[in-house]
Amino acid sequence: MSRPKLAVHKFSSCDGCQLALLNLGETLLQLPGLVDIVHFAEAGPMDEDEPVAVALVEGSINTEHDLERIQRIRRNSDYLVSLGACATSGGLQALRNMADANAWEAAIYARPEVLDSLPTATAVSDHVKVDLALWGCPVNSRQLLGALRDLLFGVAPREERRPLCMECKRSGAVCTLVTGEATCMGPVTLAGCGAICPRKGRACYACYGPAEQVNAESLGRRFEGFGLLPEDVARRFHFIHSGAPAFQAAGKHFRGGK
Amino acid sequence: MDQAWSRPVHLYGVERPRGSKTVPSTPVFLPPDSLQRLLDSLRGSGRQLMGPLVRDGAIVFDRIENAAELPRGMRDIQSPGSYRLEQSDSPRLFAWANGPQALKPMTFAPEEVLWQVVRDDSGLHFEPQASTPAPTAVIGVRGCDLAALQLQKAHFLQEGAEDPAFQRRLDKLLIVAVDCSHPADTCFCASTGDGPDAGPGHDIALTELDEGFLLRAGSPQGQEIIDSLALPPASTAQLQAAAESSRGASDAQTRKLPATDLRDALFARQDHPHWAAVAERCLACGNCTAVCPSCFCSAYEPRPSLDGAESEQVRLWDSCFSFEHSNLHGHPVRDDIRLRYRQWLTHKLAGWHDQYGRSGCTGCGRCISWCPVGIDLTEEVASLLEEPA
Repeated sequence: MSRPKLAVHKFSSCDGCQLALLNLGETLLQLPGLVDIVHFAEAGPMDEDEPVAVALVEGSINTEHDLERIQRIRRNSDYLVSLGACATSGGLQALRNMADANAWEAAIYARPEVLDSLPTATAVSDHVKVDLALWGCPVNSRQLLGALRDLLFGVAPREERRPLCMECKRSGAVCTLVTGEATCMGPVTLAGCGAICPRKGRACYACYGPAEQVNAESLGRRFEGFGLLPEDVARRFHFIHSGAPAFQAAGKHFRGGK
Repeated sequence: MDQAWSRPVHLYGVERPRGSKTVPSTPVFLPPDSLQRLLDSLRGSGRQLMGPLVRDGAIVFDRIENAAELPRGMRDIQSPGSYRLEQSDSPRLFAWANGPQALKPMTFAPEEVLWQVVRDDSGLHFEPQASTPAPTAVIGVRGCDLAALQLQKAHFLQEGAEDPAFQRRLDKLLIVAVDCSHPADTCFCASTGDGPDAGPGHDIALTELDEGFLLRAGSPQGQEIIDSLALPPASTAQLQAAAESSRGASDAQTRKLPATDLRDALFARQDHPHWAAVAERCLACGNCTAVCPSCFCSAYEPRPSLDGAESEQVRLWDSCFSFEHSNLHGHPVRDDIRLRYRQWLTHKLAGWHDQYGRSGCTGCGRCISWCPVGIDLTEEVASLLEEPA
């Protein structure tokens, strides 16, 4: 029986999301029995232009070469998944979209003209159709395998839409915002990570991106009540997912006219 | 827990659970240094003991072994969106109102596998996943939580549609309640009629006084445990002190819900402009529903193995604030925060009257304290009952 072909592509990113596959341990051995991995540079196979059923795309689009390559990948893929924060919203790199990238390059590099660098770091969905977005910095194996399993069943993968607070409360964690005025982003962030940070007593920093409903105004005002300046509130939204529209708007709102 | 009162009780406060018709036993006195004897007998018959502990800045219920682990002298300072613990000199172990959870996770599990399906050459095989909860005794439960348990029973044990997972957990649970002597600023159980004393649904109820504890039985099983301790009857002065403590705990409450049935008033105010005012603050994060001891909504999620050979069907706590909760035929019928908050509040305080014969609120105040932005149910209700300007 022929197995569906899978490719894992990487753009500008730390490779951490690919570890959702590589860190699987014994489960990783099941994968080749289910899919034919034709391109996965970090794991070995290298055939970037092989047409595939599913392409997992990690990283944001930052160069002219990226622009060309993402189009090629889209043409070669039946189903394209943006894997993680960078591919889904531009990730941390998108912070530079709010600065003058050309001025930075001129200040940092002796010969900036040799760089192939676009002025922005953007999400894959800004360039091609994305069939499924997996949020997270990094994504975890449960998310990724859940999506792959659903695709193998031939059904649309179920997307998590609940806010992190619901997952956090199910875990039995005590709310860090209520007990300690932690500037926790849980109420406006997608669930899916397992509430890792709040369970360790730390504030969520929204690495899973905006929840389905984002009341940034209300949460931001609460943070101001804890003593944060508007600029600090803006930075809570403009961090891992500054490129996500809801967080982009929230940060701009608190930054005011600046 | 005897079978009689594990049955649904629709009108808590009006109709008492069957099995409690006997005259309440005479309270007995337990000196503080004998508390361990009570805990040891609760742990008899292989039961695990759950009790209040301080963890991560809150009173939480977890496994305990010894009376020394109980939160001696701990006080909770609660206000909208805020919860703090403070150590006092008091020798009391229950001088606090509540924490984020009490009974609910012990009867309605946050996540639970309901059934499993396995595929082999002969086809698909569906198996119920009979969780086998450990026999458990819990100490420190309050009147608001007992009343909420009655509401949960009304929901999960509706005749002909009994939820086996809930039933199994409840059957294994021995409940030691504590009359509330130190309500928090967010408490309003006196106005809902669910506290501060522990009402029906406990096996043993305990009143904490400066000099020790008064114990009374709420079930034959509780009576048996009390009898085994061979304690002297409480003195008239002790009973008097308990009554005063109860009065004091009622009088100390500053928040309240109207004592009347709010059903018609709230349903008549579906278009009140105040819903939009709440929605400006509400985060739709669902914390209120998670900490609410009576909220029972759930979602179902298949969790297939990677090879597709088996799959578990998991039930998890959901919330009327989630997208999926109102996603009908591919369209969310409540697609903004205003409609979701309205759904929560009108269901809790109005719809429940039709479904379960009373309001769904037992006055624990958790939705007020644990709301990240401090939305106060009692204030919102008061605003909604005002005619719009």
